[in-house]
Amino acid sequence: MELIKRALAEGRKPDLQALVDAIPYCRFLGIDIDRKGTELTTILRFDQKLIGNPILPALHGGVVGAFLEVTAVIQLMLEIESEDLPKPVDISIDYLRSGKPVDTYARAIITKHGRRVCNVRAEAWQDEHTRPIAALHGHFLIKPKDQAQT
Amino acid sequence: MTIPPVALPLPNMSNFPDHTAGFILQGIPHAAALKLMIIDVKPGEAICKVPYAEHLIGNPDTRVIHGGVITALLDNACGTAVGSKTALQGQIATLDLRIDYMKVATPDEDIFAFAECYKVTKNIAFVRGVAYHTDRNDPIATCVASFMLGTAKSTRGEAR
Repeated sequence: MELIKRALAEGRKPDLQALVDAIPYCRFLGIDIDRKGTELTTILRFDQKLIGNPILPALHGGVVGAFLEVTAVIQLMLEIESEDLPKPVDISIDYLRSGKPVDTYARAIITKHGRRVCNVRAEAWQDEHTRPIAALHGHFLIKPKDQAQT
Repeated sequence: MTIPPVALPLPNMSNFPDHTAGFILQGIPHAAALKLMIIDVKPGEAICKVPYAEHLIGNPDTRVIHGGVITALLDNACGTAVGSKTALQGQIATLDLRIDYMKVATPDEDIFAFAECYKVTKNIAFVRGVAYHTDRNDPIATCVASFMLGTAKSTRGEAR
């Protein structure tokens, strides 16, 4: 992505909030970034359109999954030097509690940083960090900076 | 987390003979926001569609739809398949969902998902699904999922 290339060319990390804002789907979901140094929390702002079960009500499982996937990708963008967004190879999501109609937070850690593939875990929570509503683990294909095609 | 969107008895799908017709799930806000459509439902099977849209793009350079859209589509299709088999609408929740991404989706093309609920036990339903453009044998992504059944009664107090 242009925005990432420019940042890397200038020898700095891309502005992750600007990166998220440049991705239409992230804007559609309403994702914000809270970065304090290397510590990164993503925030999914609650909106009625994120509801999947209006009776409970609860967030749509797809929304929670997508949010965790975005969190994993953003964490990768913070820690690796790549001009392109990492591509998901596979993701596995455990749904632990129903997502209430409030803001949701998530954090990710890279458990293994390979040359081409990274293993990432991410967890989403609402009121209490210790009571996650969903967890993801997945593999992402990365293209190191020196191997980028464009 | 996802409720099966189709109220039983099942809609008369003969009104929707091909993949161009269908109905949008207005009762599920997120499905409506994605313009997610139910194309076909049979007991234990469902076909859903998300039309390509600019606001669903995950990479502005390539204009490819975000993987999260496929997650939502597959989750919804799997939930619909479970709902059509078990008649437990509104009382199921996704336990886990695993997605394998096979190839990049093509920009400007609608994405379909076929889901099949192949086993139901007392508490759990097992589902597999596939997301594709035109051919199920050329998948964009495949998934397996399991759903908890009868969750409506488990909302007693705050389930911890």
